Amino acid sequence: MGGASLLSALACGVSSSSIGAPPHSFLCPTPNRRRKSRRKVRCAPITAQFELKPPPYPLDSLEPHMSRETLEHHWGRHHRGHVDSLNARIAGTQLEEMELEDVVVASYNKGSPLPPFVHAAQVWNHDFFWRSMEPGGGGKPSGELMGLIERDFGSFERMLKEFKEAASTQFGSGWAWLAYKANRLDVGNAVNPCPSEKDNKLVIAKTPNAVNPLVWDYSPLLAVDVWEVCDFSFLFFLSFFVFFFLKLYSGWQRACTDLPLMFRCKFVLFVQHAYYLDYENRRADYVSIFMEKLVSWDIVSSRLHIATARAAERAREDERRRREDDVEITNREAVEMYVDSDNDSEPE
Amino acid sequence: MGFHLLSPSYCCGYQPSPPISHGLLRFRPVTGIPKPSPQKGQLHQSRRASKVLAYYGITTPPYKLDALEPYMSQRTLELHWGKHHRDYVDSLNKQLVKSPLYGHTMEELIKVTYNNGNPLPEFNNAAQVWNHDFFWESMQSGGGKLPQGGVLQQIEKDFDSYSNFRDTFVESAMALFGSGWVWLVLRTEEKKLSVVRTSNAICPLVWGDIPIIALDMWEHAYYLDYKDDREKYINTFMDNLVSWHAATVRMLRAEAFVNLGEPKIPVA
Repeated sequence: MGGASLLSALACGVSSSSIGAPPHSFLCPTPNRRRKSRRKVRCAPITAQFELKPPPYPLDSLEPHMSRETLEHHWGRHHRGHVDSLNARIAGTQLEEMELEDVVVASYNKGSPLPPFVHAAQVWNHDFFWRSMEPGGGGKPSGELMGLIERDFGSFERMLKEFKEAASTQFGSGWAWLAYKANRLDVGNAVNPCPSEKDNKLVIAKTPNAVNPLVWDYSPLLAVDVWEVCDFSFLFFLSFFVFFFLKLYSGWQRACTDLPLMFRCKFVLFVQHAYYLDYENRRADYVSIFMEKLVSWDIVSSRLHIATARAAERAREDERRRREDDVEITNREAVEMYVDSDNDSEPE
Repeated sequence: MGFHLLSPSYCCGYQPSPPISHGLLRFRPVTGIPKPSPQKGQLHQSRRASKVLAYYGITTPPYKLDALEPYMSQRTLELHWGKHHRDYVDSLNKQLVKSPLYGHTMEELIKVTYNNGNPLPEFNNAAQVWNHDFFWESMQSGGGKLPQGGVLQQIEKDFDSYSNFRDTFVESAMALFGSGWVWLVLRTEEKKLSVVRTSNAICPLVWGDIPIIALDMWEHAYYLDYKDDREKYINTFMDNLVSWHAATVRMLRAEAFVNLGEPKIPVA
């Protein structure tokens, strides 16, 4: 009984603003304090609700490359929809208490995704995507990131080319990524026989639908959304000027009533086709604009920093574990040698 | 109009190559056969060409581009058909220049390139060309309402009622994540109609089933008209666009391949 109220006091004590309460109230609840803790018990249970985080810049600050309407729609409706669906689906399950990245990996279920996966992954992906951009972005990276790009791709231009190709060849919906690959295989005793610095490298990956490189244990650095929604938003923006002029033109057309209908339709179609972006180029142009004008290399560099630190930490841990295993084996071997030499002497 | 309502392999535009007489390996120019419109699976033979080329052409929807207003705008059709569909055809032709696959009808090409689940690079383009052809023919202006006769009977037999089928179809389409298609197919093995949803470019032909109706759930199909209101798009398709006439024709053809049981002949 005391234990139960202790636990509930502990639980509610964390959520309610009882930081100022004396610590020994958890340890020995007096009748008064028990009443207080009972009051605390009636407070709402903790649920980890994921919230829709806004982009770290106002919605119209990416103009003219990404319009406010696009962001309102993409963030305000799609992203928000995923957050709401995710909260609805994980309510009451054990995924509720986990961090978003852990929810993504857990619900991916090693390739057989559970229902919350698409929502969790899309929430994470979109968060990541908004944070990968900044107003007045673009340019070139510098420092460690540039060094790694040049080491792994040859040059910045080649990396751009590969990135655009990955984005353009992703069939259907998906994402294109620049990631830092320092993953460990998910096998018990996987050991790299010839470890080298180049094992940890930058890679470009493309994923379908909602999948992201977290599920492969990569550290994503940069993402671009290549769902068709984004291509369309981009097309809307560039076609805006075209349609404005077309509207003017068609107004003039209506005034000239002696022009035959066929000619009118064909001409309008011709003009539209002349200004429409080719399908192949539309996505490529969208990604180009993203890389030239929107991407935030500072954020990417800081992510790389975290990723390399994590990889170094893992390497140290692996080294330590290997040394421990070595010591263990050496000890065991000594014992067995002793036993063997005992047996060996017997047949003789 | 009849030409458009039949599936591509049925179409009268397909011309088999004229027979080459024994012992005479001579290419004869194709004469006396009505000039075919650019269609699928044609082998062009000419005296000049030493290499046989096959190509696939784009078909036009069997209605004017503004005929489906206000449910599917002319601009959507111009973009969807004029750009997307056309680009699939062009990409497919470009790919086929370098690959040894030629001389197939579109349906054969899809099955061959699907390669039993390990698709070749041409699969996406080939399947998307066929899917879009099928999709245009699955719609008509003044469509929707109830299916007629045989199709309605079969739906009621396999789904218990038309509204049940409609709900299943809408649910299936809403549950699709990413890009894909939703189909009403006649399953050849189970010998019944069923609703199937597929990802990206996959089409039920690869499993040997016979599609009756298709709905494109790629974002480019509905985004211009409905933004992200997919439910409205699907309901509009079912109420105002779907061509049950085309479905009836396809069912008739399908019954030649699948035995659906004894016909209900009314007893006098």
